[in-house]
Amino acid sequence: MKVYENILGELYKILKPFVPQGIEIGEETDLVADLGLDSLKVMKIVESVEDSLDISIPLNILPDVRTVKDFALQIQKLIGDG
Amino acid sequence: MSIFDKFQQLAATRQELEKSCDTFFNIVMEEIISGTEAVINGRPTILAGSNNYLGLSFDSDCIDAACDAARKEGTGTTGSRMANGTFSGHVALEQELAEFFNRQSAIVFSTGYVANLAMLSTLIGPGEIILLDADCHASIYDGCRLGGAEVHRFRHNDPQDLEKRLRRLEKRNTNILVIVEGLYSMMGDRAPLADIVAVKDKHGAYLLVDEAHSLGVLGANGRGLAEEAAVEDGVDFVVGTFSKSLGAIGGFCVSNHPELNLARYASRPYVFTASSSPSVIASTRTALKILQKRSELRDRLWDNAHRLYRKLQDLDFSVGPEPSPIVAVRLEDKAEAFALWSGLLENGVYVNLVLPPATPDGNCLLRSSVSAGHTPEQMDRICEAFTAVRKAVETV
Repeated sequence: MKVYENILGELYKILKPFVPQGIEIGEETDLVADLGLDSLKVMKIVESVEDSLDISIPLNILPDVRTVKDFALQIQKLIGDG
Repeated sequence: MSIFDKFQQLAATRQELEKSCDTFFNIVMEEIISGTEAVINGRPTILAGSNNYLGLSFDSDCIDAACDAARKEGTGTTGSRMANGTFSGHVALEQELAEFFNRQSAIVFSTGYVANLAMLSTLIGPGEIILLDADCHASIYDGCRLGGAEVHRFRHNDPQDLEKRLRRLEKRNTNILVIVEGLYSMMGDRAPLADIVAVKDKHGAYLLVDEAHSLGVLGANGRGLAEEAAVEDGVDFVVGTFSKSLGAIGGFCVSNHPELNLARYASRPYVFTASSSPSVIASTRTALKILQKRSELRDRLWDNAHRLYRKLQDLDFSVGPEPSPIVAVRLEDKAEAFALWSGLLENGVYVNLVLPPATPDGNCLLRSSVSAGHTPEQMDRICEAFTAVRKAVETV
């Protein structure tokens, strides 16, 4: 659980510049519907997460990521896989 | 709910774009005057966005070869290469490509898009890893997706970032294919290929280079960036297209790996599509010979490229990082991009207007591509048109 919480904290930090005014970010925040992220912004966020956590995120997981929680769980799985 | 609901966002975007620039979706080449000129909206227009780098689409020898082949062999093969669609011309072109690139074997595909789809979906699959440059073409992304391999990106033209990712991924102890392009289609910049080869060799990965925009453009013999950078031995697979320097349509892959010939039997995009028509194969074979014989075309192309790049720099446009036959102007403001693009068209010059997210960094691009076929007078007119629209937009 601690790993998940840490990932979530890191994600909130990285997503902060992309959060529109008036939106409060949480686990259920939808990356496209709520934050309006386009593919270019998503790729920038992926790069930041990779650098911050020293992991490589395959593009293949992105279709399964809708919310912040989905993203955090996928990252947790990648870290777990080594 | 209808199956078309998902297109509503596209419809809204299109409507919005049409309000800003009604001609954007309505570019029709009403009459083709030459490889560098057409009639658009009733006006003779210089084509400065056609990727016709050597100007061979109207070469008389290529046209004669295409006409002869159509008369002798018909308008189409009506079949797959695996069935009735392998004519002697397809086999000859594969041999000629292999000889030109000094490689053991070659496969010819119906388009450049199919070449990437076919090779990338076949060479590497589930349980294996692809590491591609972030700015790679859509056909590369699509091919990777079709094959089911794990796909990772590295930062554009950044061998250090590639190495960092190779270090992370090599622990997985599986095959890794690195993919880059010779010249990147949007900004016209080269890959730092010698550094990329060194990194992939160090980590035991394979390398595929897409020379779509660099075939006939780079290298003393026109073989592309791998030749120019003197690292051909370090490149496992070269993919390319016939629809740019060779003035036709089609694609290819060449390699020294003897297994390349097996890949064709496993490749669904190769097996389940009709082969190129005889006229296309004939004009491509002739164009490949011209590319080898007439190096002055490459010289003229580069003279034109340097001239336009310098002119746009002088006009204080934000251009790509190095001169190349692809000269792109980066613009943050969409309204300015539309005004410049429409202005160029009104001044009789067509360039590509590329909008995000199809651009590398989220900006709009006015993408020009010059040709060896552009005469000095046409280059004057292109430069004058850019000067005029720059002044007009500044005044507004």
